[in-house]
Amino acid sequence: MSEVENPVALTAKDFASDQEVRWCPGCGDFSILKQVQMTLPDLGVPKENIVFISGIGCSSRFPYYLNTYGMHGIHGRATAIASGLKAVNPDLDLWVITGDGDALSIGGNHLIHLLRRNFNLNILLFNNEIYGLTKGQYSPTSPQGSISKSTPFGSVDHPFNPLALALGSEATFVARSMDRDPQHLRKTLKEAHEHKGSSFIEIYQNCNVFNDGAFDRLSNKETKAETAIFLEEGEPLIFGREDNLQAIILKDFKPAVVSIDSRENLPENIWIHNPEKKLKAGILTQFFEEINPKMAFPRPFGTIYREQRICYEDSMQAQIDEAIRSKGKGDLDQLLEGQNTWTIK
Amino acid sequence: MGEPEIPTRFAPAMGKAKEKKTEVVICFAGDSGDGIQLTGGQFTETSSFHGNDFATFPNFPAEIRAPRGTLAGVSGFQLKFGSVEVFTPGDRYDVLVAMNAASLKAHLPYLKTGGIIIANTDGFDKKNLKLAEYIDEQNPIEDGSLEDYQVHPIDVTKMTRTALKESGLGIKEIDRCKNMFVLGYLYWMYNRPLARTEEFIQRKFKGHQELVDANMKALKTGFNFADTAEAFTSRFEVEPAPLEKGTYRNIIGNQGLAIGLIAAAEKSGLDLFYGSYPITPASDILHFLSRYKNFGIKTFQAEDEIAAITSAIGASFGGALGVTASSGPGIALKTEALGLAIMLELPLVICNVQRGGPSTGLPTKTEQSDLFQAIYGRNGEAELPVLAAYSPTSAFGAAFEACRIALEHMTPVILLSDGYIANGSEPWRFPRSKDLKEIKTKKVSKPENGSPYFPYERDENLVRPWALPGTKGLEHRIGGLEKTMPEGNVSYDPDNHEEMVRIRAEKIQKISESIEDQIIDNGEETGDCLVIGWGSTYGAIENAVKELIKEGHRVSHIQIRYLNPFPKNLEEIISRFDKILIPELNSGQLCQIIRSRFLVDAKSISKIKGMPFHVEELKAQIKKHIS
Repeated sequence: MSEVENPVALTAKDFASDQEVRWCPGCGDFSILKQVQMTLPDLGVPKENIVFISGIGCSSRFPYYLNTYGMHGIHGRATAIASGLKAVNPDLDLWVITGDGDALSIGGNHLIHLLRRNFNLNILLFNNEIYGLTKGQYSPTSPQGSISKSTPFGSVDHPFNPLALALGSEATFVARSMDRDPQHLRKTLKEAHEHKGSSFIEIYQNCNVFNDGAFDRLSNKETKAETAIFLEEGEPLIFGREDNLQAIILKDFKPAVVSIDSRENLPENIWIHNPEKKLKAGILTQFFEEINPKMAFPRPFGTIYREQRICYEDSMQAQIDEAIRSKGKGDLDQLLEGQNTWTIK
Repeated sequence: MGEPEIPTRFAPAMGKAKEKKTEVVICFAGDSGDGIQLTGGQFTETSSFHGNDFATFPNFPAEIRAPRGTLAGVSGFQLKFGSVEVFTPGDRYDVLVAMNAASLKAHLPYLKTGGIIIANTDGFDKKNLKLAEYIDEQNPIEDGSLEDYQVHPIDVTKMTRTALKESGLGIKEIDRCKNMFVLGYLYWMYNRPLARTEEFIQRKFKGHQELVDANMKALKTGFNFADTAEAFTSRFEVEPAPLEKGTYRNIIGNQGLAIGLIAAAEKSGLDLFYGSYPITPASDILHFLSRYKNFGIKTFQAEDEIAAITSAIGASFGGALGVTASSGPGIALKTEALGLAIMLELPLVICNVQRGGPSTGLPTKTEQSDLFQAIYGRNGEAELPVLAAYSPTSAFGAAFEACRIALEHMTPVILLSDGYIANGSEPWRFPRSKDLKEIKTKKVSKPENGSPYFPYERDENLVRPWALPGTKGLEHRIGGLEKTMPEGNVSYDPDNHEEMVRIRAEKIQKISESIEDQIIDNGEETGDCLVIGWGSTYGAIENAVKELIKEGHRVSHIQIRYLNPFPKNLEEIISRFDKILIPELNSGQLCQIIRSRFLVDAKSISKIKGMPFHVEELKAQIKKHIS
């Protein structure tokens, strides 16, 4: 009889490595690390099966601080490294840690291809709209006109909309969360983990040294209610202060904001969130005033889109299984010999 | 159906004696859509079954379908077969098959004086002559300019069309059978049976009986035409070569390399992961491996060269045999990731099927100009082992050995091949699985009792253990930052960095303990002159040196298989010769390395034309230095 180990419940502490965490004091990364460490014990995955892969940038130091398997790779390539790792060992629980420069600039190509292939893993993109490790240049998500070390007169680049990019890359799970809402972040991490396929989470993260307050309007108590909307599956899209509630309606695929008196008395055409509708998800990604300044919609947080699609590693393995079933397991001697031989006596 | 027309200008045969030849070089040349490579391949296969030794050299344009009839569009397949040992596809041809004017013009300079030209006259009409840039569209077949050669003008197109007019096929499909007519003609010339090619036709066109019939008929018509036309006073006989006893098969370089990778995966008990992005002339390795899924091989056509290598690094981290291949420009893109693999100390094999460079260079031509790139081409002090295949058959062993070193020494290894090896073929006395050595990996499967696991704890060869994700108790982090030993923690300590740089380099140098000593490939242990080669120049050097020895010169030849680290005895061998000559298809890269490493006055023999050395030119160059 095989020995059954009694699993000892792990805690966040079990996932902390012995390395000193070296981000700048006050960095949003601390919160994200903490939420990840708190979430991991609840996932029911043996610690030895968890692997964190990162690229380069402040966020990419992440694997060093977790007592799991990890690799700190090279700039932009965490997604490609993770693809190879997942392909050869589909049992591993993979987390890709990346940033706005790492994933969207130098590593843009690998990100979009990973998403379309749909490897079963989680991508946490820490978006702080700035290059932190290189000390303050604008990034592909910095709003146009950003003053930075490399753009003293303001950037002329039009920024990326990361969620629209992910959706356009055929991602099967697209979500947004932020460092300053620990509870929401933990919930989003769990949902991402539950999804089988490439789960893409954009996490707004404050860089208090080079881009302090970039997401302040979305996170501080005074403005948050009016600037952000928290999506719940099956729930109506409602936001605003309790004394000035707003709802989003959708008529002929055109969204609009209307005032409502109470949460009970909802208007006709009220938008009920269904993350399995791609067209609606597409509209939600456009609630992005940096790109669409005329659309005065709140920024959505939560799971925006989700679909079931076969994962790359499963299709890959299925082909191998089928080849073995139909041809038999490869025989090296037959391969060496080939189709045609002749003998010299 | 009428009998094919017989050109009247041939003199009647005086009988058909068999003239014995020890070796013959044939070049099949035509438009890149003429089926030249297939024709050459079939002649090779039939000759190999006859027991001849052989070497082949396909030479084709970079464009898939270059403009028809132009010089740029000429595709060639050169084959040397013999009743003696064959080292190269030959310097000059005995027979040139020219399917059109452009192919004659492009290849005539390489035909021996007195050589045979089999010309498809239909390919010499005004249009073709113009495209081939013959002045005033003057036809070389008719203007007497070929009087130094034996010209056999045959209207292959017309005869194939006549023979197949009742086949039910359209003109386009019928014309595609022209190559079979020519093949049949050559089979008669060299007294070869049609059986192998007939079997091939049956296989290739399975399910399309009309195509089987048409190709068979074209083949036989060509054979019968040669017999009836009495174009030759005698047929040529090339007897079997005295090859070592054993069972042989034909092997193409890229195929040998791929089989070597599969064999290494089997012998190390690992799954093979092959990350690759299509590039000439390395793509065939991907094509080949992707067909063998029943060996558990995972081939991954990545989005770019960088993803190809980094996915392979991820696979190696996960416990597979990670391999990637490319050619020069693609290797350049992989460079940063190579540095990461060196820093991580993970097993990885990187194959570079070299081509003419720099940049896009000459995609379909051969060159050895990436040696510096392989040995030095990374940022930082980043040593790794470099091996070179030297022939199509050696590609198998070189790939196997590259994997062994990568796995036993936990390091990325670069394996150099080139376009000449990749597409060339020769007979291979293949090994049996049981004759191949087992490869012992550095995998650690169980946590040591109580003691913590350190990822950079080194053994006597300075090699670290390989702990795979999924193994309980061995959780650890690795990365591209400098690290401490044995913990692997990030460190910016100056002394630690210097120590780690030295240890990583020493680890690579220690590999020389486990590799074979350099052998003298040909000649005496000591002498006036040592010719040192590496890679695909092997055959040409071997041939040249053999002939020079016969002529009484005290010349020896070594072909270096391990370019980093060098075999332990290399310096000592070099010291026993007065002169050192190093022929290379580059401007003298190995020569510079040998000079700087051993402080010897080595001289370079350099060729950078995208073409292999000819034996004669090499002999002349060597002679210049030793006389």
